Amino acid sequence: MESFFQEHRARAARLSRLLALPATGILAGHAAWAEMPQGQPNMLTPASTPAHTIANLSLFVLLITGSIFVVVGGLLAFALVRYRARPQEDTSEPPQIYGSTQVELAWTVIPILIVVVLFLTTARIIFAVQDAPKPEDALDVTVVGHQFWWEFRYPKLGIVTANELHVPVRTATYLHLLSADVDHSFWVPQLAGKTDLIPNHPNETWIQPERTGLYLGQCAQFCGVEHAQMLLRVYVDTPSEFAAWVEHQQQPGVQDASVAAGRHVFETEACTNCHAVAGTAAIGTFGPDLTHLMSRDTLASGIVPNTPENLRKWIHDPNDLKPGVLMPAMQLSDQQVDELVAYLSTLR
Amino acid sequence: MADQTFPIAGSIDVTPPPRAEKTTLLEWLHGWVVTVDHKRLGILYMAYAILFLLVGGVEALVIRLQLASPHNRFIGPETFNEMFTMHGTTMVFLVGMMYIFGFGNYIVPLMVGARDMAFPRLNAFSFWLSAFGGLLLYYSFIGGFGLYGMGAAPDVTWWAYAPLTAKAFSPGHATDYWALSLIAMGFGTLGSAINIIATTLSMRCRGMTLMRMPLFAWLMLVTSGLTLVTITPLTASQIMLVIDRYLGGHFFDTQAGGQAIVWMHFFWIFGHPEVYVLVLPTFGIASEIIPVFSRKAIFGYPAMVAASVGIAFVSLGVWAHHMFTVGMTSVGNTFFVLSTMLVGIPTGIKIFNWLATIWGGRIRFKTPMLFCIAFLFQFLIAGLTGIILSVAPWDWQLHNSYFVIAHFHYVLVGAIVFNIFAGIYYWYPKVTGRMMSETLGKWHFWLFLIGFHVTFDTMHFVGLEGMPRSIFTYMPDRGWGTLNLVISLGGLIQGIAVLLFAWNMVASYFRGKEAGSDPWDAWTLEWSTPSPPPVYNYATDPVVHSRRPLWDLKHPDDPDWRYE
Amino acid sequence: MSAIPVSAGPLEHEPWHLPSRGRVAMLSLIIGESAIFTIFVVAYVYYIGKSLSGPTPAVLEVPWFNSICLLSSSVTIWLAEREIERGRMKSFTALWALTMTLGVIFILGTGAEWRKLIYLDGLTIHTNLFGTTFYSLVGLHATHVVVGLIMLGLVLLFALTGHIRHEHSERIQVLALYWHFVDAVWVVVFTVVYILGR
Repeated sequence: MESFFQEHRARAARLSRLLALPATGILAGHAAWAEMPQGQPNMLTPASTPAHTIANLSLFVLLITGSIFVVVGGLLAFALVRYRARPQEDTSEPPQIYGSTQVELAWTVIPILIVVVLFLTTARIIFAVQDAPKPEDALDVTVVGHQFWWEFRYPKLGIVTANELHVPVRTATYLHLLSADVDHSFWVPQLAGKTDLIPNHPNETWIQPERTGLYLGQCAQFCGVEHAQMLLRVYVDTPSEFAAWVEHQQQPGVQDASVAAGRHVFETEACTNCHAVAGTAAIGTFGPDLTHLMSRDTLASGIVPNTPENLRKWIHDPNDLKPGVLMPAMQLSDQQVDELVAYLSTLR
Repeated sequence: MADQTFPIAGSIDVTPPPRAEKTTLLEWLHGWVVTVDHKRLGILYMAYAILFLLVGGVEALVIRLQLASPHNRFIGPETFNEMFTMHGTTMVFLVGMMYIFGFGNYIVPLMVGARDMAFPRLNAFSFWLSAFGGLLLYYSFIGGFGLYGMGAAPDVTWWAYAPLTAKAFSPGHATDYWALSLIAMGFGTLGSAINIIATTLSMRCRGMTLMRMPLFAWLMLVTSGLTLVTITPLTASQIMLVIDRYLGGHFFDTQAGGQAIVWMHFFWIFGHPEVYVLVLPTFGIASEIIPVFSRKAIFGYPAMVAASVGIAFVSLGVWAHHMFTVGMTSVGNTFFVLSTMLVGIPTGIKIFNWLATIWGGRIRFKTPMLFCIAFLFQFLIAGLTGIILSVAPWDWQLHNSYFVIAHFHYVLVGAIVFNIFAGIYYWYPKVTGRMMSETLGKWHFWLFLIGFHVTFDTMHFVGLEGMPRSIFTYMPDRGWGTLNLVISLGGLIQGIAVLLFAWNMVASYFRGKEAGSDPWDAWTLEWSTPSPPPVYNYATDPVVHSRRPLWDLKHPDDPDWRYE
Repeated sequence: MSAIPVSAGPLEHEPWHLPSRGRVAMLSLIIGESAIFTIFVVAYVYYIGKSLSGPTPAVLEVPWFNSICLLSSSVTIWLAEREIERGRMKSFTALWALTMTLGVIFILGTGAEWRKLIYLDGLTIHTNLFGTTFYSLVGLHATHVVVGLIMLGLVLLFALTGHIRHEHSERIQVLALYWHFVDAVWVVVFTVVYILGR
């Protein structure tokens, strides 16, 4: 099984190199794309197996379509210049030609041949990416789309987190895509093509990152008011970094007596209806799990850095930062907000 | 030769039409409301389309202003979502569908030598029903208020994927207005399509066999046939949506076992052929204009007809290429890759035939021809980006990105709107009896061309850089700011060009040169009537012998019927 | 009047025939309507057995009598078409009235069936997916029968007042085409809902 899998992957890689060979030579612009700073969601700077295969296929397709454009566009431009009406010419009509079966046949056959080539190439890549066998050491992550944030569950590791996905480099990660409400789409261009999260219709996709780093993406299927601010961050860690992260996430929430007031606010206001903190009475599932809130770099699905000021602003009125968000402003007093921020800041 | 009867009886009559009797404003308005004349209804359709072109254009500019810089707070997300939903719905249904039937109504009966459409009263009914549908859609700005207070237009995108349209996620009545207006317009469209089919099949003048029918009439026939089987699935799925929203049905209720995928299939079974419904008539326009201004007969007429029919049939089997990312099986994906790529073959034939028509001609670069030439280049690119998008793995990346927006605006603007402009410049003299200004026309053309390319060429790149569609704002760290500013500037240029065009239409009506019956030295029947044509079109029924009856008239020594 | 000398072109003495616009239009309408029904039938078939709760198609009883009435109305309307073509207005009117009676029996039968489903089986349009798809599909067909009955009724009214004559036979045939279509759709709906889907 293992060897078959490796052979399959190797064939896909060989195939994509073969495709890319003529394309990269001609498209000098490709080099410029590759030098762009890492992290920008550019689909032509892939950092993961499916995205890489797709990028090579796209260069091949671009080469063919580009050639067609040059040839047909060139003929068209030539005809326009060559056969323009000249003022000195007599006003008689040019010879009338009504058609030619031979010519028509010729230009029917050529497009057919091009379509055959493109189709066969495309079909091979579809099967190579979509039907790639799942390796046994693959990491499983369940992704649940919510209006307007991402929930990530690692069922075998017992981890629940939100908006920031951590995966190890070079290992295949299989993402099981579910939705809690409407349609969403998981898209991190440098890692893989997008796959939709549709309620009552589980989907699956996979990534196998080649380089460590932070990769940005966002929801790619309109899902309501704040669709634009449903951002995604994928951290590709080294195996040891990932192991450390997993170990940290598996700890229960910190119980710090010095912020008991904030915790009281958290548990007595309506926060617990939607949010969970492992090891406390808070087990809500409508909002992100906050057990390790401080281990995340951003708030509100990636739209602002996770700083105490932003956290304060967010709790005071989420609509300020993200108009249309489903989290209500709880009408807390300034003191309550301060206590709450102090409490949340301990959830490392 | 004085008593020689023309093959086309009543042709080349240069006597000006009798002056209309003086009427009061009320009588004049009443005349337009109760009219069943295909020409007046055609003008009404076109006026409606142009009015909403301006409205939809303003919505586009609002969208572009908002996106001109990252983290812009010009309008909020609610307004933005309403704007792009209304922009899409308006442009497809209130501009696209209306212009088709505008041209179809005015030109087709004249072209086939008929005195009116097959069913004049059905024609008027269809127009007013469609017009009512449009008003219903825009009334949602006033009557659609839901949770967000006053005035909530539909904000669920024009493809309105379930379950976002369910009562739970779209409270208020905005979505109801959207669904009901599309049902109303759907029936209006169905009526018009039936009328055009009956007109082209049953009202042709003597001698006009199907294989002598002008290509525009042919393409209207193909389009109407396609409309019959595409607009009706939309109507059916809108009825289902209304049942869900009003009667508590579960068609698209994912909580009760319903499937969002079902809506997607139903919508795109309509949605993809719809693109061809919009673009095929403009192929017809190009197939009339390009020969006249190249001074050559269309190359390969039978192939053009066959390719059009072929496109219509193939287009019915490609819809799920809009759904490569919803998790279809690899076999399913592969099937739709193949069917989609097959569209490229008849489309390629068409482009080659236009090229061959130009080849060896004597091209006159008048405004209609300029728009058609730009169409040829742009449609070539649109077709090639279409091939790119049909490559399913690449589509997994490109789907719902700005690359897709760029692609379909290349079709909808670069091909369709350019050809609509070409058609308006071409037939305006027939409709009003006056020429449109060439100077303003050329200004309009070049400005619009520049604006178009600045906007939509750039969109391809911002799409490759990973910008998804339907987002009201974006993060500065994504690096999309500069390109978006460029796109917005291009939009502004297009806006100015469209205003020039509107001014040209109005000013030329009063100050334009007298056109005469045949200003372009053209060949189809409509140019044998006075401009504007009398109510009855032809005093006696014309008789034709070839595809170019006026060529036969003008070249009696070498008529077309010897070669066909 | 400018006169351009022209040659007369190939003389075409053969008669110029075009299809009847009424028939073309009705056939177009039928094609369009077929697409609407196809969508509803596909939805019905796709959702068979997908309801999470509530009554299943097992509660349906095959409406044999109804179906025989509706289908035989296609025969009677065809006979009526033949009569008007031959100019026998009395028997036309009688057959036309018979057609309408059969259609009305069908609608009343559907009403009785729905009454039983709603009050005895507790199946409404919002009960479950089966209810939604069943009432939509059968209801869409019933709507078409009602529209057909209204048009048949108008013709009957005109026939009884003597306004329909032999020369209207073409229009009558076009209208009959619609009625035949409604019957043909019932064959599909009947097969899908009561035979295959049960």
